[in-house]
Amino acid sequence: MHSQPSVKAYVAVWAILTFMTFATYYIAQIDLGQWNIVIALLIAFFKMSLVVLIFMNVKADSPLTKLFVGAGFFWMAILLALTLGDYFSRGWMPGGKFW
Amino acid sequence: MADTHVATSEHPPELRHHFDDMYQQFDSATLGMWVFLLTEIMFFGGMFGAYTVYRSMYPDAFASTSLHMNPAFGAANTAVLIVSSLTMALAVRSARIGSQKALQMFLVLTMIFGIAFLVIKGFEYHEHWVDNKVPLFSQHWDYSNDAEHPHQAQYARQAQILFCFYFFMTGFHAVHMLVGVGIMTTILLMARKGKFSAQYFTPVEISGLYWHFVDIVWIFLFPLLYLIGNARKLI
Repeated sequence: MHSQPSVKAYVAVWAILTFMTFATYYIAQIDLGQWNIVIALLIAFFKMSLVVLIFMNVKADSPLTKLFVGAGFFWMAILLALTLGDYFSRGWMPGGKFW
Repeated sequence: MADTHVATSEHPPELRHHFDDMYQQFDSATLGMWVFLLTEIMFFGGMFGAYTVYRSMYPDAFASTSLHMNPAFGAANTAVLIVSSLTMALAVRSARIGSQKALQMFLVLTMIFGIAFLVIKGFEYHEHWVDNKVPLFSQHWDYSNDAEHPHQAQYARQAQILFCFYFFMTGFHAVHMLVGVGIMTTILLMARKGKFSAQYFTPVEISGLYWHFVDIVWIFLFPLLYLIGNARKLI
């Protein structure tokens, strides 16, 4: 139906995903303070993008499907941002406590 | 078959009448599958959100408790799952180019890797059971200081929260893997009956989307559950 990636591209994506898994593991052994979680999530988002674009071939899907996929992740971002915004800002009230 | 199939117009037998052509039918199926996957993103997203809130409340307890999980199991399962995603992608590719033999072979390989993941997960759950780290079900919640985990007694209660998240998130993920293996069995049977061709392979394609989605969930579970304690200098 649509254009599709070559076998070479699939194997390359697999190699990058495997390499990134090892990278995640070894970077987690180094103490980078708050940056540990930032780097771990950046790598996870990068891996997810590869799977979505190449393995799931969203790259070649119709614009409508792309819009739906984008909207889904955007909605997820709203869910996390508003929830965390609430919890993290509770201590900001004058004299306020966490609860 | 074509001579007995006298229709009002020439069209492939797999084309439903409410679609204009095979392209439109394929695009609709893909879009529909993605809508389902978006509900799945919300389902797991809620758990990831709750996890983030509790982890921000008890960062040290979560880091210390994460040391009770075995990253070797987690890493092995990540590798197994990524290979299964590769074989799934190759199965879909084989279906697209109409190579039925390769399609069946890659489907079987995908199922084998999927089952391997579940077996490894089973060993891991068993280890937690023996280790008395299953909230509510353990004989006694053994959480006193020992040489390997010298500061854990103070986190006994919060540790149960992380283990609850661990069992719910990996448990729901494992259920999705089981469903995935079931779907692959169905697709394999359909492939053996000769239902697919280079013109019609939609079920293979959308089952692949499901399989890759389950892989993505694990991509996030691995660093968030197994690797959060290793680098921290715990108090």
